Amino acid sequence: MAKKNMVAMILAGGQGSRLGLMTKQMAKPAVPFGGKYRIIDFALSNCCNSGIDTVGILTQYKPQMLNAHIGIGTPWDFDRVHGGIATLPPYMTEVGGDWYKGTANAIYQNLNYLDGYNPEYVLVLSGDHIYKMDYRKMLKHHIETSADATIAVIDVPLSEASRFGIMNTDADGVIESFEEKPKNPKSTLASMGIYIFTYDKLKKYLIEDAENKNSENDFGKNIIPAMLANKEKMVAYSFSGYWKDVGTVDSYWEAHMDLLSPDNDVELFNTDWKIYTSTEARPSQYIGPEAQLENSIVTEGCIIYGQVINSIVFPGVYIGKNTRIENSIIMENAVIEDNVMVSKSIILENVKVESHNAIGNGKDIAVIDSGKVVPSQAKME
Amino acid sequence: MIKDYMAIINLAENENDIRSLTTNRPIASIPIGSRYRVIDFILSNIVNCGIQNVGIFSASNSRSLTDHVGTGKAWDLNRKIDGLFVFNHGLCDFVNHDSKLLKNNMEYIYRSTSDNVILASSYMVCNMDLAEVVHAHEASGADMTVVYKQTDEADEEFLNCYTLDVDEKTNKLLGVGKNIGFSKKANICMEIFLMKKEKLVELIYKSAHNLNSKSFISFIFNELGNLSINTYKYDGIVLCINTISSYYRSNMKMLTPEVSDKLFRSDRPIYTKIKDEPPTLYVKGCQVQNSLIADGCVIKGKVKNSVIGRYVDIEDDVEIENCIILQNIRIHKGAKLSHVIIDKNVDIEEGTELKGNETFPLVIEKKNLFK
Repeated sequence: MAKKNMVAMILAGGQGSRLGLMTKQMAKPAVPFGGKYRIIDFALSNCCNSGIDTVGILTQYKPQMLNAHIGIGTPWDFDRVHGGIATLPPYMTEVGGDWYKGTANAIYQNLNYLDGYNPEYVLVLSGDHIYKMDYRKMLKHHIETSADATIAVIDVPLSEASRFGIMNTDADGVIESFEEKPKNPKSTLASMGIYIFTYDKLKKYLIEDAENKNSENDFGKNIIPAMLANKEKMVAYSFSGYWKDVGTVDSYWEAHMDLLSPDNDVELFNTDWKIYTSTEARPSQYIGPEAQLENSIVTEGCIIYGQVINSIVFPGVYIGKNTRIENSIIMENAVIEDNVMVSKSIILENVKVESHNAIGNGKDIAVIDSGKVVPSQAKME
Repeated sequence: MIKDYMAIINLAENENDIRSLTTNRPIASIPIGSRYRVIDFILSNIVNCGIQNVGIFSASNSRSLTDHVGTGKAWDLNRKIDGLFVFNHGLCDFVNHDSKLLKNNMEYIYRSTSDNVILASSYMVCNMDLAEVVHAHEASGADMTVVYKQTDEADEEFLNCYTLDVDEKTNKLLGVGKNIGFSKKANICMEIFLMKKEKLVELIYKSAHNLNSKSFISFIFNELGNLSINTYKYDGIVLCINTISSYYRSNMKMLTPEVSDKLFRSDRPIYTKIKDEPPTLYVKGCQVQNSLIADGCVIKGKVKNSVIGRYVDIEDDVEIENCIILQNIRIHKGAKLSHVIIDKNVDIEEGTELKGNETFPLVIEKKNLFK
């Protein structure tokens, strides 16, 4: 079989428990995002746009929605004769089986998948970040610096640096040390959880790590420190542009407000680097005679009669007359009837808010669980 | 779901009165309803009733059409068994020589395993349950069933379409005429025919050997004396796309819930080519009223009573009223448009004012991306 230059492995097994109700029924990478996407679409589209045609997706926590969304990868052009997309859940063997114990262990358990393509390089990604990035440029950097591992980094404000894994580099960008969530950060270069490894090296370290009973089998905690300790050549690749880990309800909401900010650098509307997704056939959005839209994102299948201010509206949503939606995220097929006020809320799929209601107090983010019916508050006379 | 049927979409359609939109394309691939092409409706009707074998017979100007339908993926017709077949015609006068194209590709019809066939045109836009028509056809025992729409607007709509003289008691077809807009009431032929495959083959051979070349449909109607033809009265919404003004009115009708609720139903979706556009951004200060807007747009100006296609940028201080804007268009600052149809890839320069009217909408033709 023909050899592949670089294979991508996307870590998509995490629950993302801090997203609360949103990840009750699906893994974090499958959570809807940005009006018509799911979070993993960004990593998948980056791969597709970067010319990578072989992608393994490591799944574990509630993968059904993710599997249904990805299918055979057609939206991202991954329905290939050679290569394409493979979802890789944990599996049984003759001597038992294990859940994926950590990020490194997930890749370790699938070394046979990688060996099948015998790649020169392996790109390890997280399936739950929002960003647009050309991995070809990172690979070029990796090759030009003859690195064993290249880690994408982004400059973060010093005040926030202690929330990230911080890379301390020399003047040439060679990583000297790595600190996970340091109290007193020495640098502001945060790891984005995007790695390119020369495959031979990666394989060696994954096998050694698997033999170490005390290891947590994690890239950040074990593999990277072990490689650094052995003086492997580790290089930082600086990325500038929008990048966000939407790990909490607050950051999820903020990332959506980022999309609406006039000077946002998410570049969602820049079609030179499209984000692809799997879509249902729906008609165009209908905007009614008295509707008012202000700084909002609306998409296919929506019917809008009311006001939508600073909000993101997913496909197939109905918004009734005299209803005002502000600073909110309304997910697929939600129905918000007439005379409803929704502020600073996240309304999940298939919710029905009956007429005469108020959702959200405008301060804390209100989340309405999928499928819920909020009964009308109109007084019965 | 119906079995044992294949479908043939015959695009020998009269383009005389819709020329400015068909310079580079057949009627079938004219953009309509903000994100669709005319052919999407009949194609979706066909696949929604379970048919998996569709042949499209088109003329030589089919680049736009073949680009749109591709492998049939959007309609789930990229099949190993059956699927989508597209046939092109090299002759100029396709409308009067369509039987020849059908005959030349007879092997396709022979090889298809279905015993029955639905023959249809694309320009009658509707969302029809074809399974119901099939049941009525089979119950009738006739050689053929033809679908018609009874209308009270025949003086304005459906001009030049075939009209059917129907015995309303037996549903038998008695005679055929043309709608010259003389009376309001008429039974308009929707150019959807159901018959046995062997009957179709017989008619194609006969028609191709007929020295007086004419369209295949008119040949079928000439054979009325030798056939038992049953009719099926369709009660749904039909939009006939054969003139610029009917095209304009049809788009505008899609702004009313009475029409859009019937055409766009979640149980029988209309499929179209996926273009992966981002959602539409409504910038602060924009004003959008009673309009159908596709994805991929950025809207800053005013839009009223209009149908806007995919990837349209509407800048500040633009005023658009009663317009149809097709895809990939930028309307620069301060432009004022009313009753205008703007075809693909056009840039409307800053401050431009364009005005048509209800009966004669102004058409700005498609701009080629090459020189």
